[in-house]
Amino acid sequence: MFAENDVGLQTTEKTVAMAFPAAGGGCSAGSCGSSPAQMSALSDAIRAKVADHPCYSEDAHHYFARMHAAVAPACNIQCNYCNRKYDCANESRPGVVSEVLTPEQAVKKTLAVAAAIPQMSVLGIAGPGDPLANPQRTFATFRRLAEKAPDIKLCVSTNGLALPECVEELARHNIEHVTITINCVDPDIGAKIYPWIFWKNRRVRGRAAAAILIEQQQKGLEMLVARDILVKVNSVMIPGVNDEHLKEVSRIVKAKGAFLHNVMPLIAEAEHGTFYGLMGQRSPTAPELKNLQDACEGGMNMMRHCRQCRADAVGMLGEDRGGEFTLDKVEPMEIDHEAALARRLAFREQARAELKARRARAHAIPTGAQVISLHRPPRKPAGRAVLMAVATKGSNLVNEHFGYAREFLLYEATESGARMVGHRRTDKYCGGIETCGDGDSRIERIVRALDGCEVVLCARIGYEPWSRLEAAGIKPDAEHAMEPIEEAVMAVWREMLKAGKLQSAAPGERRA
Amino acid sequence: MSLKIIETCVNCWACEPLCPNGAVIAAKPHFLIDAHKCGECLGDFEEPQCAAICPIEGAIIDALGNAINPAGSLTGIPPERWDAVRAEIAAR
Repeated sequence: MFAENDVGLQTTEKTVAMAFPAAGGGCSAGSCGSSPAQMSALSDAIRAKVADHPCYSEDAHHYFARMHAAVAPACNIQCNYCNRKYDCANESRPGVVSEVLTPEQAVKKTLAVAAAIPQMSVLGIAGPGDPLANPQRTFATFRRLAEKAPDIKLCVSTNGLALPECVEELARHNIEHVTITINCVDPDIGAKIYPWIFWKNRRVRGRAAAAILIEQQQKGLEMLVARDILVKVNSVMIPGVNDEHLKEVSRIVKAKGAFLHNVMPLIAEAEHGTFYGLMGQRSPTAPELKNLQDACEGGMNMMRHCRQCRADAVGMLGEDRGGEFTLDKVEPMEIDHEAALARRLAFREQARAELKARRARAHAIPTGAQVISLHRPPRKPAGRAVLMAVATKGSNLVNEHFGYAREFLLYEATESGARMVGHRRTDKYCGGIETCGDGDSRIERIVRALDGCEVVLCARIGYEPWSRLEAAGIKPDAEHAMEPIEEAVMAVWREMLKAGKLQSAAPGERRA
Repeated sequence: MSLKIIETCVNCWACEPLCPNGAVIAAKPHFLIDAHKCGECLGDFEEPQCAAICPIEGAIIDALGNAINPAGSLTGIPPERWDAVRAEIAAR
């Protein structure tokens, strides 16, 4: 949005005005992750804590940006979905970075980002190893940044092995958010995910290793909750290994006070050089992931907007602007820190006002489906749920050309309204389709990615992809171009209802 | 008697703070072990600490040139599998 040389030159008002339309530059969904209903059930104290954090609040991620500083290269465990030779610049997945930074470099980069992107509200440390296996580097980064930009929230994402011994120090640094990756609570399952851990000066393997890791994770979770630090739990869904088990994980972490559960699909490609990738472990299909997320949702706030970003990601959740802030670019930047702070504060004030207005609108305006239900006999279900994919480039509008969409947002439309339930990528975690593709054409990949969807809403679509989608049983729809997403989704749902298409099971279910 | 870090090291820093003798040097292009300081952790720990945390198979060798963590010992990936996939990718 800003050219580098614009930094510090713009007036506060102009910057905020410019920043705002692009606030949806990442995900622009109106209701993903923790729903407004779930949010309003939270205490004011918790709501205040997550209000600016894009990874903890569905509302916040339309407005706020985060960055990860890759200061923590060392790790104390091995996971079967990770390869420690993390150097592919094309890839977006956890654990991958282009350059490891010293704490000084990380603070300099963070301040440069926070000056250029007023939406920036959070600095997270997520690797590429484990932040708490690099305590000096991690805490030095936090300490220095807190001195220079006290408004930036700090957060860490950890495997949990060293968590109990670090909780005190995390609390001292005012860390309000900690993410723990918990893939299991059963050591026999853990032994299939973690080949070894480094524990008390020894490499421990197998079931014994998993048992120690699980104990440390659970202890760390309890200690954080006891100190009122918000805990998000990330779980990697590995079909045949922990998929069913994650329902139990979800119940247990919720009972212990975790705030949000984020079930993510395993990323496993042979090219990544991971155990799972090389040994042919498959990733879950999109419907499998959604079913598990739905099953866990009964007991827990579920996060649906996670993009599984890199350990050096920069920007809104749906984008990565890391390339604009490499060390050689950050080094010569002249930054007016006071002006940058003022821009961030002004932006936040405006974003909060906008969020408040949005929440008020959501409570005031009945959804289209509710209107319909007034004209129907009570208790008779108005029609089944329909899954729709939406091509958008932000601002909560159906505004992306089908062919340009790198991801689709997934909405579930029911008589009670439209709800974002996930997103599907079409570029397969890698920028270089030509080099990393598996020979499929792009449209075939997209059709596969949209498995389970009945409609695709987009701004425009060409004749050929139109026919391919129709042949696959997915109805393309460009009639609602430039409309707000939820309204467009509900309009399509009402059309389907009127046409009598929603009385029977979904086509996919009939086939099954 | 000393261990040695070779070029497959990924400079992840895990070993550096663990060495009881401060023998690990954060050098470029990859970390090194000061042969005069390294005692292979004899008398200090059961396992040489650098090799006990190193995630990269083959990156640390002993005085005879043998890998402390040979291929397959850390990741569980059989070396033949790696070779087959590498050949497959190279053939594209």
